[in-house]
Formats: sequence, structure tokens, C-alpha cells
Amino acid sequence: MRYAETGFDLEVDLSRGNIERVQTDPGLTERHLGGQGTAAKILWDRVPPETDPFSPDNLLIFSAGLLVGTPVPGANRTDVSTISPLNNLYKDSLFGGFFGAELKHAGYDKIIFRGKASDLIYLWINNDHVEIRDATHLRGKGALESAELIKDELGDENIQVASIGLAGENRVYMASIEHANASSSRGVGVIMGDKRIKAIAVRGTKDLNVARPPELFEKSLAMYKHIYENPHCGDFMAHEDDEEWHVDNFAWGNARERIKGYWNKEREERWTAISENARFRWNACYNCPKDCHQALRRPGKHTIFQKCYSKLTYAMAAYKELDFNYDMLSLTQEYGLDGYSTPQVLAFGVELYDAGILTDEDLPGFPEDSGERFFYLLDKMVRREGMVGDALADGVYWAARKIGRGAEEYDHNTMKKSEQVPVKLGRVAYHYFLMYATGEKLNITQIEGSFPQVPTPDTKEREEFVKGWDAAPEYFRNLYLNWEPRNQLPVDGAVRVVDWNEIMHYVDDSIGMCAFLSCFRGQFGGRPPYHLHNLPDFISLTTGMDMDPDKLWEIAARNRNLVRAINVRRGMRREDERPPEDHWKKREPEMEQKCLDAYYAFKGWTNDGIPTKDRLDELGLDYVSQDLIERGVITGDEQPLSFEAIVEEAEQLRG
Amino acid sequence: MSDMGQKKIVKRIHVDVDKCIGCRACEIACSAFHAEPKYSSINPARSRIRVVLDEVNDVYVPIRAGEYTPAECAGRHTYTIDGKEYKDCSFCGASCPARDMFKEPDSGLPLKCDMCESDPPLEEPVCVQVCRVDALTYEETEVEGPAEEEPSELEIGLDALINRYGPEKVLETMARKYEQE
Repeated sequence: MRYAETGFDLEVDLSRGNIERVQTDPGLTERHLGGQGTAAKILWDRVPPETDPFSPDNLLIFSAGLLVGTPVPGANRTDVSTISPLNNLYKDSLFGGFFGAELKHAGYDKIIFRGKASDLIYLWINNDHVEIRDATHLRGKGALESAELIKDELGDENIQVASIGLAGENRVYMASIEHANASSSRGVGVIMGDKRIKAIAVRGTKDLNVARPPELFEKSLAMYKHIYENPHCGDFMAHEDDEEWHVDNFAWGNARERIKGYWNKEREERWTAISENARFRWNACYNCPKDCHQALRRPGKHTIFQKCYSKLTYAMAAYKELDFNYDMLSLTQEYGLDGYSTPQVLAFGVELYDAGILTDEDLPGFPEDSGERFFYLLDKMVRREGMVGDALADGVYWAARKIGRGAEEYDHNTMKKSEQVPVKLGRVAYHYFLMYATGEKLNITQIEGSFPQVPTPDTKEREEFVKGWDAAPEYFRNLYLNWEPRNQLPVDGAVRVVDWNEIMHYVDDSIGMCAFLSCFRGQFGGRPPYHLHNLPDFISLTTGMDMDPDKLWEIAARNRNLVRAINVRRGMRREDERPPEDHWKKREPEMEQKCLDAYYAFKGWTNDGIPTKDRLDELGLDYVSQDLIERGVITGDEQPLSFEAIVEEAEQLRG
Repeated sequence: MSDMGQKKIVKRIHVDVDKCIGCRACEIACSAFHAEPKYSSINPARSRIRVVLDEVNDVYVPIRAGEYTPAECAGRHTYTIDGKEYKDCSFCGASCPARDMFKEPDSGLPLKCDMCESDPPLEEPVCVQVCRVDALTYEETEVEGPAEEEPSELEIGLDALINRYGPEKVLETMARKYEQE
């Protein structure tokens, strides 16, 4: 019997209209867990580097995390993996809500789409009954609006729907996939739209089994209590009306400037009132006691489920206030647009107009007010209307090149062609340089999180912090204890911090654990409910697999190397691994490159950032090394540089 | 014989819909508790408590499975709440022929909340234990009156079968099964 998973995938060929239920190899679960891990494995096996992202041969995979649907609190995330048209690289994005559990109860761990439908369709999964249905009547309808219409049409309120809006339909690169109170952003909705999938509707009423029931239930009961009472987890910032930290530390406009002293009591009271008047409930994802999402409605606008930092991204990009942000979200959520990258694309458009690169000829009737300009550009962009709308719909990087006329100068906050969080800082920090440069989830929030961002000034406080820091392996306790404020971490430490941080994301993204309860929540407070040392037990009790921290780390490292291999096979190299040039005012180019040398060496990769044959084989990825050799990406004889030697050189260079 | 002086315990789960965050942990816990063997499987469709959720329209209503009823209500009415129309079935706890709710998905046999009766007894039903936000709270009160015999799960199931197939057919089948054993 399979535990925690169903043991079946749903293969949907949209070109032929063929649907198959396929039994999966339990060995894959042992080697990759589920979620992102197994999805990456399928992409490696079935999407060769020659495949264009918009080709019917590209896959779009919805992969429920391994622990999703079990009693383990907070394991509710589904990974969406594909190859992105933005940069021709691997792209994945996770969403919470209720979808993954419903999918498993319907009897599937994954939905794997290939091909393209001839017109807009939706997939209806009702346990064993699966059909492709016409969705042309939903064309142009909002993402959440479509979900409502589908539920009405199928006559069941218990159906869970993941859908795209107009942005996905029009293949806007920033298109998201929306589901209930959650969304999958970071550019996967564009492929859903390209395959002409308006929505997936799923209803499942089957049992999901777990391996060691009474122990698991007892541990889960205790975990509900712990999570609920732990102030260091969930999205605690979402519950705060004091936005000083965000408005002071993030950059306004097109990621341009920090405005110190913006925040004051009067503003706080006004913004609090705006939220309180609009909010009708705090709500949660499946099986989690934290209510991280606020449900809001302003008069005459769509209901929004506001999550995370999207509370301010539109306001800050447009130099506006909170009410403007909510009104933008009310539109962009129905359009299905990512709340991180979209504001930057719009701010970029405004900046080009102000610089005279875009003119009234390009943008007839362009308004004066920055907020109205956002609505104007949004409308053009989501419909790909005119040269500017069509250009902006491909994101800042491509828009700059399509528009030309010197617009490239204004593309200053992208990395590997994707928009980054609008943060501009003083002096480079080595570990942050490395995370930005090498993170393959292409967003700092998807790689940082276990190790604190900065040390507390007081040594005593650091000692206290370390005492209850169960999440951290021994090495990091000492590293943190000795980390004095305003000092760089030693190169050796910086590299290991990056390694630990990213490994924890790869763990969570394969089991479907919410980052706010685990990998992202160590950095403030150091008391995440889940971590390297207690997750193995949850995995063992749920799946029956024999798991410990070392084994879990190795699986995560396997998944991490597999993702890297997908990307290097698609041409990604060291020269691509650069944070936005102006992310820090003071850079240390030589030290940064030494750090990169050290990171690659530590990972067992070549000095060009490619996993060596030895490292791949050690992780059981022999078929990957074989393929890379056959394609001439590696010879198989490469050796990583000596980590110790580089660290020594780097420390000497630093003096 | 007089009922005077007899006491019975009334067990009550109080639902505060304003506190519900829609996580459905109650459904997961309930289905696990009532699985055979205990806790071995999860299936909200088998849960004896269901959260009627309509997030866009702010409907978060946990409903417990109540009595089995052999017939649907005669005549229906509808409710309009915040502009959205609901059937009277929407918030009903009955296991009834009009719908699939509170029936075993495989057999169609009715489900009924038993307040997690077990030996030794739990302090609170599991749905209340996992509801950390206190949308569900549990209380026991002692009232005067004779203790009522709660029908067993077997009886409820048997009633449903008799209603569906008639007593003769059920008896016939039982007799045949008995002989086979």
C-alpha cells in the first residue's frame, strides 16, 4: 500500500484529448519525495533542452507535496513546474489553499499536461471520472469569477478550482494561477494559458492512508497547538498595521529609492481604518491553524485574498497609498497577475514615459496621476494592446528590448530576466550575494530563511537565541554566536548558510510544507515549528519511509542538483549568476567572485557552476551525468576546485 | 417508574462561525478518528463535520452530521445572505436522500456525529481539539431527565438499509450471509 500519496498520476494530452491514469514508481518517492522533487525529475526526463517553452512538448505539472492531505498541519502546498518563456529556464511556483488535498482524495498525486488544446478548456476531475470540457464561455472572465461559475455549472460547492484570468489567456509572462485564497505566481500561469487551460476543477472523496496512524495523529495534535501559539511563524507581518518596516526598507517606484521617515502615526491610523473597513475575515489554508490571509472587499470591487507583501507592492511602485493597492489587487487578482513582478513592470512603463522614451503617440491620453497611469498601463498590458501593452506583457527585460530607444537602461532590477524584490541596500553581504546569484527559484524569498538576516548587537541575546535554536545544525550555532553586527560572515560560513537556507526550501517544496511554518521562518526569531530535525519524523510516520536529517538533506540536495542540471542543460552558466547591478551601492567584485568560486566548490560543481560527474553520481543521478556528457556539457573528468584553498585565498584577499 | 431524580449529561459543541478561519482541520481529524483502524486514513468526505465554505461570500459554517432521515423535506425555501442565495439544505445536518453529504462515499450509508465516543472517553471530541481558534468549543451540562439510549452505528446503518430495500430483502440477505458463514 502507498502511504501519504496515491501512487497515481494523471497524464493529460491536450492535443489528442487523451487522459490516462498512470501508476508511479515508489522508488521515485524515495529518491525525490514529491512536489517539486518528482516534478523536476519528470521535466528532466521528458522535456529536452531543445524544447521551446511554448512548444506543445513543454509540460505543465501540478504536483501535490508528499505530505499534503495527511494530518500533518500546514502541509498543503502544490508545486507547479514548467519551462518558462521568460528565460527558457526551469520555473516553479507553489500554492497553498485546498487544491492539493482534493487532488489526492480524487486519487492522484499529480496532473501532467502536455500538448495544447485547440481552444479554451477546463479539466474536470471527479474521482475516477476525468473529462476535458469546453471553457470558451469563460473567456475573459476573472480567475476567481471563473471558479464560481464552474462550481455552479457542476453543481457542487466542494469542488476546488485553480484557474487563470485574462493575463494567462493572453500569455502575459507575469500571469499567475489563482485558487481560493492562494495563488501560484512567478510566471507559471503563462504556460497554463498557452496550453489553453482556463481552469482545473477537482473533487475527490477517496481515502488517503498514512503509515503509522496513532503516533502521527498524536504528533499532529501537538503541532496544531504549537503552531497556533508560536508567534514566530505564519505571516505575522500580515496581521500588523504598522508598516514602517516595509515602507522604510523596500524601494519605491521602479525599485528606485527608499523613503526614510515616510511612516507616521497619522498614516498608520488612516491605513488601519482602510484595512478594517474592507476586511471581513482572516482565513487559513487547508489544515493550518494560522490565519495568514485577509479577505477584503471595498465597495464596488471584487473580493480579494491578500497575502504577504502584495499588500504594498502596487502602492509603493506607484507612490500611492494602501487603498490604491487594494483596488489594484481587486483587478489583478481576477486578471491573474503576480503581485511581485507586475507592479515593477508598470512602474517601469511610467518611468519610460517620464524619461521621454515612451510618448503620447505610444500612450494616447496617458493620465497625469501615477495611480491612473497604473490602471491605464495595466489595461493595455493584460490585453497586449498596442506596441507598449504587448511589450510590457513580456516583463521588464523583454519590454526594454522590444521598446528599445534606450529603455534597456531602465531595466535595472531583473536577474536571469526576472523581476526581483525591490530592495536596494548599502554594502554587499556575501551570503546574500550568493543567494541572489545562484538561487534557481529566482526570488530571494524562495531561498533565504533559515539563518537570521542580521545578528542582534547584544552577545547575551545571541546566546539566548542559540539556546533554543533546535532548527540549526551545530555549525550554525557557533557561526551566529560569533557574528558581530555590521561584520561580514566568514566566506566559509556564508557559503554554508546559503547551502542550508536553500536545502530547507527544497525540503519544504517537495513535501508541500508551507514556508511560513518552516524554511522561511527561521530567520526572524529562529523558532520555526518545522525544521531539519523534526521533519524526518513526520515524514517517517506519514509515509513509512525510514528518514533522518542526513537522508532528508541528501534527497533535497539531489533535487537541487537536478534543477541545476535542467538549467545548465538549457545553457545557464556562471556569467548568468549576477544579482541586479545596483542591488548594493558598495560592491566587492573580486570578493564576490571568490565567494562564487567557493560556493561552486562546496557544491561539488565546476567553476562554471555545473555539477560534476562525481557529484551527480554520488547523488544517484548517473543518468544525468551521462546525458550531460553525451551532450558535451561536461567531459566527466572535471573536478571542483578545493573549497578549503579558495576559502583561504578569499580570507587573505579580505585581509 | 418515575424519571424524577435521574440525571443525564448533555454534550454540546458550540459553533462560533465568526471565529472560523476555514482550515477544515475538524474534517481531517474527524475522518481520521472514525477510520478503521483508528487514524489510518483521512477523507473529509467521510467526516461527520463539514465546513460549508464559500470564501468569496464569507460563508464559513461548520455543520455536524445529525439524524438520518429516509425522506427529503417536503417543500423548500431559500435564504439570501449578503446577496447570495442558499438552499435550506445548505446548512442542514441531516443525512438525507436529497444529497451526498454525511454519507459514506462508497456505501452511501449515513454518517452521524457521535461526539467521538470512545473507551477511555476523550476530554473533547477531536474536531474541538484541533480547532485552535475556538470556532468549535465543547461543553457538558447535567440536566434532569432519563438517560436516552443513543442508537448504535449498526442500528443507524441497518435503518438506512431497511429504508432503502425494505425489511424482507434485508432479512433475506442477512439469512443468506449467515448460512454462508
